Formats: sequence, C-alpha cells, structure tokens
Amino acid sequence: MPDPTLGDFATEIRSKNAGPFWVTMDTFMPDETGYAIAADEDFVNERLISRLYGVPADTVQIFRIPALNVVKISFPRPVTQASLRDRDIHAGQHHVPLAALPVPARHLTTPTESDTRV
Amino acid sequence: MTPPVDPVDGVHQVDRVPLVERVGILVPSGMLGAGFDPATVERGLTLNPDVIAVDGGSTDSGPYYLGTGQAKTTAAAVLRDLRILLKAAATARIPLIIGSCGTGGTDSGVDLVADIVATVLAEERLDLKVATIYSEQTAANLKEQLNAGRIQPLTPATQLTAQTLEDCSRIVGMMGHEPLVEALRGGADVVLAGRATDTAVAAAVPLMLGMPAGPTWHAAKIVECGGQCTTNPRAGGVFATIDQGGFTIEPLHPDSACTPISVAAHMLYETVNPFQMREPAGTLVVTDATYHALDDRRVRVEGSRFEHADQHTIKLEGAKITGYETVSFTGIRDPHIVANIEEWAELLGTVLTERVTQTLGMNEYQYAFDIRLYGHNAILQHIDPDPSPAREVGVMLIVNAPDQAVATAVAKVANPLMLHLPLPDMSYLPSLAFATSPAEMERGAAYEFVLNHVVEVDSPTSMFRVQTREPSLA
Repeated sequence: MPDPTLGDFATEIRSKNAGPFWVTMDTFMPDETGYAIAADEDFVNERLISRLYGVPADTVQIFRIPALNVVKISFPRPVTQASLRDRDIHAGQHHVPLAALPVPARHLTTPTESDTRV
Repeated sequence: MTPPVDPVDGVHQVDRVPLVERVGILVPSGMLGAGFDPATVERGLTLNPDVIAVDGGSTDSGPYYLGTGQAKTTAAAVLRDLRILLKAAATARIPLIIGSCGTGGTDSGVDLVADIVATVLAEERLDLKVATIYSEQTAANLKEQLNAGRIQPLTPATQLTAQTLEDCSRIVGMMGHEPLVEALRGGADVVLAGRATDTAVAAAVPLMLGMPAGPTWHAAKIVECGGQCTTNPRAGGVFATIDQGGFTIEPLHPDSACTPISVAAHMLYETVNPFQMREPAGTLVVTDATYHALDDRRVRVEGSRFEHADQHTIKLEGAKITGYETVSFTGIRDPHIVANIEEWAELLGTVLTERVTQTLGMNEYQYAFDIRLYGHNAILQHIDPDPSPAREVGVMLIVNAPDQAVATAVAKVANPLMLHLPLPDMSYLPSLAFATSPAEMERGAAYEFVLNHVVEVDSPTSMFRVQTREPSLA
C-alpha cells in the first residue's frame, strides 16, 4: 500500500488565486488529530513549500488555525496570472503536490481514529 | 459643512450615529448573472432587508475582461438576474447595489449593465432612479500621482514606472463604500458601480445607517460570494443582519445552513491572510471574532474590529496587451511517442524555432511559444508529484507575437510538425491527431495584469465619477 498522504487525512485541500498575484491553499482537516499532522511545523513549513512549489521560502506565509482545524498557506504566484506560461488561470489545481505529501511516520505509529480512515 | 471627525477612529461623527437598530443585507448570489432561484429572493424579502447587494465582477478569470472592457457573463444571464432583483428592490423600496459591473468594472462594463437595467425598468414599468459610478483612470492623471510620490507598490510588486501606466489598455481604481454612499445620499435607488471592493457593495448601506465598521466589513466579506459561506453553496444566497453588537447570518434557502465553521472558513476564501483584510479606509481584523450557532442554520459573529488607516488608499488594477496569440492543438496516442513525450516536445520546439528562422526570417526574441503536454504534465509540470505514464497526450501550442498575423504564421509553420514530427529513432512519419481543422485558432490580443499598487488619496470619492439617471417613466 502506498504511504498515506496529507490528502488522505484531509476533509479537503484546495488552492485558488488570492488576487492576480498570489496563490493560497487551504488544508481542511477533520479533527484535532488530523490538524496535528497539517500543523506540524517540522512537516509543513516554509522550507517545504519552497521546495514543493519552487518559490522563495521567505515569501511563504503559513497560518495555523486550530479553531477551524485548518492550515492556510499563501505565496506570490510564481507565474503571472494568464501570462503565456500560466497553465492554471485560477490556480485551482495547485493543491495537488501539497495533498500528495507522504505523512511523516511519527504521525502514523499510534493507532488513532485517523489511521483507520487511511 | 464637513461633519466633525471622531477622534478615536477618524470616522465622521455623522456616520457614527445609528439611525436604525439593525440593517439587513440580502445577497442573492456571488456574482450577477450566475443565476439563483427567485424563491430564495422572495424569502429574503420576508426578512426585512435594507439593501440588495451583489458583486458583478472579479479579477479571478484573468486580465482579458479588464483589458477589453468586455463582460465574462452573457447579457441574457445578467438581464434575467436583474429583472428579478429590480422588481424585488422596487417592491421592498430598498436600494439595489451592484459592484464591479461587467466583470472588470470598466466604464463600458457599467454602461453595459446600465443599458440592461434601463431595458428592464422600461419593460417592467419600474420608476427607479439609477446612479452609475465610473472608476476608470487615465495614465496621465496617475502619472501626476506617481510623480508626486503617491503611488506605492503592494507585495510582490516593485516601484511603478510611467511606462507601465502608459502600456495599460485600461486602468481602474477600486472604490470603497464612500462613492456608493454618495450615490445613495443623492437619492439613487439603483447603484451601478465600476470596480469596487467585493465587500463595499454590502457595506455601504449599513455604514450609511450608522452600523459599526467592524461587524459591517466582516459581514460584507462573509456574504461577498453569496452561498459560499453556507453548507450548500449551490442553494442560493445569504442574508446578514448587522447591529451594534455584531452580525447574524443565514442562508436564503430554508434547507441550507450556516455553521460556525462554514462562516469562519469563508475568511480563508481567496484571501492571502484570513485574519486581516485591507479596504480603502482601513483594515478589517477578525483575530478576536467569535462564531456561535444561534440554531441549526443561523450563526452569530461578534468581536470583529476595523482599524481605520491614517492614509486612505485606492488600489489600482491595470491590464496591458502582451501580444497576439494563436493556439494549435494536436493529440498523440502512438505508444512510442507517448512514452518519450518530453523528448518529442523538446524536438518540436527546436525544429519549430529553426523552421521559423528559415521561413519567416525571425529570431526567437521576436515571438514566444509555449508547448503544453495535456495528459502528461501540462498543469503542474516539474512540480507534479505523480510520474505515472500517460495513455494519450494532448499537445497545445500557444504562440505569442507582436501581431496576430505573425502568431498565426508561426503556428502554421508548426502545423506540419504537429502532424508528422517523428522521434529521431523512428524510420517512418507518424500522422498525429489534430483536434480541429484548420488547426490554428486565433485568440486575439492577450493581456496581463501589470498593476499591483495603491494610490494615496485625500478624498475617498475623488477618483470616482457619480452620474445620476432620472427615471425614464417619471
């Protein structure tokens, strides 16, 4: 079985333009256990987003919102919206690399409700 | 006479006197022309709204609509929505406010919607006073502001140059609530605004009637996409009621629901920062906002703040032509080419560049092209996490050139290659699957957003022009 991914644990992971010059991604986790994975700063952090999306780490903004079990990630669009090189006008498909991230083993070791969902 | 300014938050005191206990906002949908069930508007009217507000535009579909001044929505869909909304507004004797008319909020977009409104008013024999607010800006006026040091970049933009302003086909300033209030105070029943913040259309009436800025701007943000803040976004719009202590929100459709999560989560939607949102007059801060369920479909929100800015700013949007484009699309099913598709695409680019030099005498700096491999990795390219091989690949060629004829000429040079280009190890000419005949599709002018800047203004209304049209049936 392939390694469980962040997307496997999430209720929804989405991406979208936040105006023509930014892209933002929302990771909705179903509960506190799921949130603990997405909000793990040793897992999802500015360096990881920089590597995944090829953007400078110091331009990445991450908002961890426990009240909603949400982690929100925003960064300037690497390609200007609707320019010749833009293949995703609404940036609506850019959540996929984030969702495909394998979840670190430390979040998988203890049997939890989330594990049974995988 | 200018009313005295409140020393605490800079708001004119006349705006702080609550004229009513509560203000109801009916938002039928997230965008004019998107359609909605008329029954949801009828239900909204029973909740005693003080205004019907709806957004008419967005930058989200790209710079073409601003650049050309054309609308994304078809006129028939706008007319259908307007007929229902104008009748509702006339019945309830409340204003109808539409922002960012015609998608880009250009002057032509305002006129387009104004013409449709005039048609409906005549057909339905409605006696309503219409105000239009124009928000297009000239490069000449903005250059004066630039020279005066009053235009500042927003992240990630750099300092603006006069050349960038001159390059724009169209520029709009994004109004706050103030020009809308000016039009309403002038007696308008229907306000058709050029580019406005998504929130201003919903915030104008509550602010005019003395509702507090924090709950008003927060409610305006939550309702700006209609039912997006509900558990069933397709069921129609929403109704917000603002009072001195906060606001209450519910869906128009009785079977849909707002939950504390669905409402709070809407602050995430299309925003960089979910806790702060800048408006021309200041910043909405929702860090301390609380959301609780009043019942199974209504949510109460309290604790939202609005921090008035020292400097009023108007955000600019501008689109310029980057060239003219021609698209060509072919399909590949041959397993050998599909298995080596990146090599094939690189070869296509190399041979095309050579052939353009040979036949059209142009070097690679005189035009540009993009080859996209749909089915392989067109959307995410090198950041795609999935290496699975494709079964078939759609090859899209987009050529960008200084004029349409050159773009099409380059695409025509590509035509035999997109039909027959073999891999180096193939001893025969394959014939690939063009999707259309002719293969080349002329896209016309291509646009790009080039402004991400704000103008510091002394007056929140000075960049916008309000015109009032008297009722034609008066």
